[in-house]
Amino acid sequence: MPDPTAPILALPAGRLAPLADVSSDFFRDRSGGGCIAENKLFCPGWVADNWDRYVDPTLQHLVLVGSAVAAGFLIAFGMAVLAHRHRWLASPFLAGTGVLYTIPSIAFFFLLLPITGRGALTAIIALTAFNLQIIFRNVTTGLAGVPAGVTEAARGIGMTPGQMLWRVELPLALPEIIAGLRIATVSTVALATLAVFANGGGLGTEIVVGANITFKTGIIVAGSIAILMAILFDGVLLLIGRLLSPWQRAALA
Amino acid sequence: MIGDALNFIVNGHEAKTGGVMVGGIDQVLELAARQLEVTVLALAVSLLLALPVGLLLGHYGRGEFIAVSAGNAGRAIPELALIALMAAAVGVGLFNLVVALAILGIPPILTNTFVGIRQVDRASVEAARGMGMTEGAVIRKVELPLAIPTIMGGVRTATINIVATATIAPLAGILTLGDFIISRNVYGDSGVLAGAILVALMALLLEAALAGVQWALTSPGLKLNRT
Repeated sequence: MPDPTAPILALPAGRLAPLADVSSDFFRDRSGGGCIAENKLFCPGWVADNWDRYVDPTLQHLVLVGSAVAAGFLIAFGMAVLAHRHRWLASPFLAGTGVLYTIPSIAFFFLLLPITGRGALTAIIALTAFNLQIIFRNVTTGLAGVPAGVTEAARGIGMTPGQMLWRVELPLALPEIIAGLRIATVSTVALATLAVFANGGGLGTEIVVGANITFKTGIIVAGSIAILMAILFDGVLLLIGRLLSPWQRAALA
Repeated sequence: MIGDALNFIVNGHEAKTGGVMVGGIDQVLELAARQLEVTVLALAVSLLLALPVGLLLGHYGRGEFIAVSAGNAGRAIPELALIALMAAAVGVGLFNLVVALAILGIPPILTNTFVGIRQVDRASVEAARGMGMTEGAVIRKVELPLAIPTIMGGVRTATINIVATATIAPLAGILTLGDFIISRNVYGDSGVLAGAILVALMALLLEAALAGVQWALTSPGLKLNRT
């Protein structure tokens, strides 16, 4: 029977600065501590006892992803509509968003260090920058895929360019736009785990706590919540896409 | 602050933990070489596994669900959790790190190879068969060249994912440029900013190099079509 007051896992002389407080309380475990002491791959007893420590990181994660995708969508959507009107803008927009997409988010966080410092805002800006290309590309592809006959007909019945965009072109581009949003959202949920390095909170905090003390259960729980969140967002967006384009279901039936 | 970061890259400074000098062009080059090494190794493993499978599945039109879902599922993997779990559950070291990074590289290459091959005009494939080409020759001489732009799109996505995640490789015991970013208690804020600049530069250079590779691999006929 191990001494319950003894530190169960020795903190290795990690190179990571401890980002969260790990007290002895961390290892509360109803199942008796044997699983924890052996540091098995997954300790359900520990999870049952400690699920509450994932609530705040999960909510922070939701805010990071929601803000970054919303901001990315607004900016990229505006850029795509602009590039649709003024074709010469398409190439510079694609190249510019391409650079932002290529720069790894974790580097982007700290390129912003002299400007916005550390925190959730820095993480949101970097994640937004990453999103732009994915959304811009899909909105552009969607608008370009509208059949010429349809736009001619819309013009023929006297629609203004604005009416054509909102009532004809964008609805037809919707499946492609939703597809882009799904890719951007799922990628952002995964990438937002890195926000911890910018002191941006989120599920990454718990992953780093787990990594610091090689505590596998903690890593698995935080990682699984992120994967579940990605699946959930993906499903919700798929549903929204279906609801917003009822004519597609009619065509399939 | 940017001046401090550049000074850190060129000359280095004393570690925040005291005593030793850190940074400077020698350490920068050493860590950059390490990051490039793990990136190239992981990319090679991804290509060796995903390319043949994607080519065959695409050629025979089988396993569409698996090939396409792989790309979607791959995006949902939280990079940080993958590296941390690999280090904690399997162990640290180059081999484990390369395996973890290859897990991130395989899905986009597999999906894009499959989609690229499927998108090839069936008439071209039928014509090639009609000329008496074997199935292998159809893949090598017709489908692969026509699918190169799509396949390279997948390779570039994979490379961006891998080089970005190689930044957190210090968590798995392999010191890359990301060490400047992650070990702030050693390098200080100027080291962190320097690391961010270097990682961004490496990603952009790799992307430019792959754009060049794509241009070189694309058949002259396809280039004519595009302009």
